[in-house]
Amino acid sequence: MDWFPLLNSLRIAAIATGATFFLGIWAAYYAARAPRLAKGLLDAVLTLPLVLPPTVVGYLLLLVLGPRRVIGAWVLEHFQVRLTMTWWSAIFGTTVVIFPLMYRTARGAFEAFDETLAYAGRTLGLSDRYVFWHIRMPVCRQGILAGTVLSFARALGEYGATSMIAGYTPGRTATISTTVYQLWRTGQDALALRWVLVNLALSAAVLAAVNLLERKEAGRWR
Amino acid sequence: MALKVRIQKRAGGFFLDTEFEAPSGASLALLGASGCGKSMTLQCIAGIQRPDRGRIELDGQVLFDSARRVDLPPQRRRVGYLFQHYALFPHMTGAGNIAAGCLHLERRQRAERVRELTALLRLEGTEDLLPRQMSGGQQQRTALARILASEPRAILLDEPLSALDSALKWKLEQELRDFLDRFPGPALWVSHDLGEVHRSCERICLLECGKSSPVSTVRELMENPGTVSAARLSGCRNLLPVRRGTEAGTVRLPGWGLTLHCAAPWREGVTTLGIRQSTLRLAGEGDVNTFSSQVLRVVEDVSCLLAALGPGEDTAEDAVLWMELDRSERAVLEGAKVLQISVKPEELLLLA
Repeated sequence: MDWFPLLNSLRIAAIATGATFFLGIWAAYYAARAPRLAKGLLDAVLTLPLVLPPTVVGYLLLLVLGPRRVIGAWVLEHFQVRLTMTWWSAIFGTTVVIFPLMYRTARGAFEAFDETLAYAGRTLGLSDRYVFWHIRMPVCRQGILAGTVLSFARALGEYGATSMIAGYTPGRTATISTTVYQLWRTGQDALALRWVLVNLALSAAVLAAVNLLERKEAGRWR
Repeated sequence: MALKVRIQKRAGGFFLDTEFEAPSGASLALLGASGCGKSMTLQCIAGIQRPDRGRIELDGQVLFDSARRVDLPPQRRRVGYLFQHYALFPHMTGAGNIAAGCLHLERRQRAERVRELTALLRLEGTEDLLPRQMSGGQQQRTALARILASEPRAILLDEPLSALDSALKWKLEQELRDFLDRFPGPALWVSHDLGEVHRSCERICLLECGKSSPVSTVRELMENPGTVSAARLSGCRNLLPVRRGTEAGTVRLPGWGLTLHCAAPWREGVTTLGIRQSTLRLAGEGDVNTFSSQVLRVVEDVSCLLAALGPGEDTAEDAVLWMELDRSERAVLEGAKVLQISVKPEELLLLA
């Protein structure tokens, strides 16, 4: 059995989760303190990928990243790099699809944060950067951790956008989910079942990690 | 050396317009009902909120000046802020919280400073505790130590005692007073509790609906509040409509059909007579301003009896006079339905 799809899924999920971590927290931080109207608008736009079919997300991304489209053509011309149909193309699709999960959980955590803690920090002479990373983030860590793990789990199972933007090339862009589909389609049921089992094991491990984190968290200061 | 504040700020339908000066080495109380802009004033001084107009000056340094476009960030104002719930960082230990106040120091000096402050505020043994594991007193002292660690030039206290039960409140009030006695800079104590302010501050600034009144001493406020709202904030419960008497030096209470001698001279704009419940007494031989009144009901207070008095059986609620009686005078109340009462002319407050 060729383990490439597992490795590929893991690296795509890890990188996409890393990107979403910062993007989602950044967006959540500003959305949490935006005035009501702006917040509603921002919320609608940023949550859209959650309710759109992933294939639609993939299609929309192809519209801008494709080799003959605005961004895709520009990058191809200046860097001689194609943005689609490579293993890392899937990162774009996956990041967009999992972004709302990170954004919404982080925003919830930020909104529940007691702002007087930040005020206290600032009057004590702590820099805004310090207040963010050493006070706001640790106090909100439960929500942010939950968002991160949820995003990672969802990223591992991403199919729709990935299949549109990265396609299925065995040994190059294949992920677990696209492999399962491909194997089933070509009648290799036994092999497909093996990959399904791998996927189940992986999901179980992620969920166990969530539980463990939550239990550890409960024993902390909250 | 003082904290000088003159700010205006509009927020929705609310307009804040305050002006006062807090001298070094003394506590100035900012007294007002909830929602009158006390916390907003403190937040403007600390730099958390931004006034629309005005000027804030501390020890000669301008912290904020709308005309000169000066607006220092909170980090550079060096103003200590004690929050109502202390705002200790929940994920840091006691020592960690104190150290957060002096991160500008280099590691070894910082540890030294934390040790000093821990000893100064009797926090030994709480260094490794998280805030939620501390008692209320330890939390307050940790917050104070953290503020001291940041070497503030002024301290702002935002209703520091109002979230506490009464036994703990009394204890922490003493501690806070001791602490402020030793603090060399100006301190601003925001409160809605006159008793607390009376015991802890020499001077007082009233804040009513966002507007501040001139700073006075607490005694001046008690003896001559001047306005109805100031009298109410100073704890005066009997506020009755009043007219000028026909004779000089007298006032007329229409609700009671009474004329009383009043030591304070009549002035334009007076509408209300204030009589503190503690200044009403059972009439003795030869007292001036003696009148008879009906006992409507008696309320048992913590340390005294309160009697509601009226001119007759059915008295309108705004004509009722509350009178404070010693517990030993209970028998008097039980005996008679009608009492002879007197009040000294110099204890009547004419209020505009």
